Amino acid sequence: MAEKIATREAYGDALVEFGAKYEKLVVLDADLAEATKTGKFKKAYPDRFFDCGIAEGNMVAVAAGLATTGMIPFASSFAMFTAGRAFEQIRNAIGYPHLNVKIGATHAGITVGEDGATHQCLEDLGTMRTIPGMTILNPADAVEARAAVEAAILMEGPCYLRFGRLAVPVIYDKSSYTLTVGKGVVMSEGKDVTIVATGIMVAMALEAKELLKAEGIDAAVLNIHTIKPLDKELILKAAAETGALVTAEEHNVIGGLGSAVAEAVSEACPVPVLRVGVEDTFGCSGKVPALLEKYGLTPAHIAAKAKAAAALKK
Amino acid sequence: MEQEKIKELSLKSAEIKLGALEAVYSASSGHPGGSLSISDILAYLYFEELRVDVKNPRWEDRDRLVLSKGHTSPGLYAALAAKGFIPKEDLKTFRQADSYLQGHPDMKHTPGVDMTSGSLGLGISAACGMALSGKINRKDYRVYAILGDGECEEGQVWEAAMFAAHKKLDNLCIFVDFNGLQIDGRVTEVVDPTPLDKKFEAFRWNVIVINGHDFNEIDAAVKAAKACKDKPTAIICHTVKGKGVSFMENNVKWHGSAPNQEQYEQAVAEINATIESL
Repeated sequence: MAEKIATREAYGDALVEFGAKYEKLVVLDADLAEATKTGKFKKAYPDRFFDCGIAEGNMVAVAAGLATTGMIPFASSFAMFTAGRAFEQIRNAIGYPHLNVKIGATHAGITVGEDGATHQCLEDLGTMRTIPGMTILNPADAVEARAAVEAAILMEGPCYLRFGRLAVPVIYDKSSYTLTVGKGVVMSEGKDVTIVATGIMVAMALEAKELLKAEGIDAAVLNIHTIKPLDKELILKAAAETGALVTAEEHNVIGGLGSAVAEAVSEACPVPVLRVGVEDTFGCSGKVPALLEKYGLTPAHIAAKAKAAAALKK
Repeated sequence: MEQEKIKELSLKSAEIKLGALEAVYSASSGHPGGSLSISDILAYLYFEELRVDVKNPRWEDRDRLVLSKGHTSPGLYAALAAKGFIPKEDLKTFRQADSYLQGHPDMKHTPGVDMTSGSLGLGISAACGMALSGKINRKDYRVYAILGDGECEEGQVWEAAMFAAHKKLDNLCIFVDFNGLQIDGRVTEVVDPTPLDKKFEAFRWNVIVINGHDFNEIDAAVKAAKACKDKPTAIICHTVKGKGVSFMENNVKWHGSAPNQEQYEQAVAEINATIESL
């Protein structure tokens, strides 16, 4: 069984690693450094870490002010309190002036678990996607999370990075994996249907492929780590070649990857697009496996939707 | 301050008032009242205090000014024009579709604008970030922000106030334009943000209360702010909304509406009479 590491853990480690290489990098948090893992950076670089207290709107705009002077701030909190609570500050103080601020948002999705609905952000990809010029990275594992952090540092402009609380399988090899912002990854070829996955659903999509194989369905799997700008070229190619798509994300089916893919496909290469995600409802407290089952975020759910999508093909 | 200097700043303030009125009149839209109430503060900052370079607006060691009450951009743009950051004739393009002079300040397109602002409460936080960067990088620039009294109803102002004091940002100085009026009426009747001085003191700021139309008092307050160590400074400025135009003074109607031709001409005549009297 593959090693399991939470992407938030990799985020904290990457900040420490790249803090040595990029001296303009500073990190802000809002009293959640232990949970977001920016505490690792705080320990390594106490002079470049700023706890802003429980005041996320201020933190985000302070980060904007830092960026106007050439610093590269990572502003961290849970997804709910950045993309959710501080949406307007991100939109007006960072997005509109296109400032070089990176939002490190952890605890995204229902895999937050026991804390329940108030902390399970299922809307962040949607809110962030509506901000012009915002880059959105949603890594699938620890290796990709590390690569996403460096990619965010190297690009100019606002970037939202989405990390999870839950330890998830490591699917990439650190020594060979490279991430190109805006370019999806073909995880596995297939001819009958394409599973377009993001974040922690990528590993599940690979399991779903095996389930489908047993039923004689040959599914391709794409990892869309960059929600925006979306790799339309790769997605349209998959639509043309396999004739049916299933999206998979730990997010409301409204507003996130499923919406983005449906928009792209409907404009240029209409094929059936079915969406796996949380069906426009709030989460609840519970153990993660139970929640994934309850909200339909399992390899079996992906496989069932993939089969249905393939059946819809003309 | 010397009498000559006060006269020079008074003339600059009048020039800013005329520019702000021209912008709002040309646009038939905008916020004259709060532009006029901060004209003296802007004149002092741009013509006495701020270390800026009109030939290099992005100079990294410059002093910063964030207009946190961004709706009073006509005042800021008129000050930038008076200083030479932008051509004076461009004030006529304010709020037009192809103009770089947006309704609220846009740092990406207007030389001399240090921060995009307009959503109240954001500016003071961004100013904190600039001041924090000055501390991290051991720069000696100073950061100023101008806030409205109504703006102090925004919770974010107090998040920023807590932050600035805790991080000992003594390179940060804010002016609160305490003109007593906001869109819906008197600030004390909408949701009373006073006592502003006691609130900032409770947040561990260095607080100075002045008449925001008296250059000697502005000067003394700014010098005291620079001398104060380990604390940010809030200069609470008692001002008159619509200052310098009789029918606009203390009249909330002029928070966000433009004069017609007759009113504009009268306003200009009054400012010109003030200039003559100096």
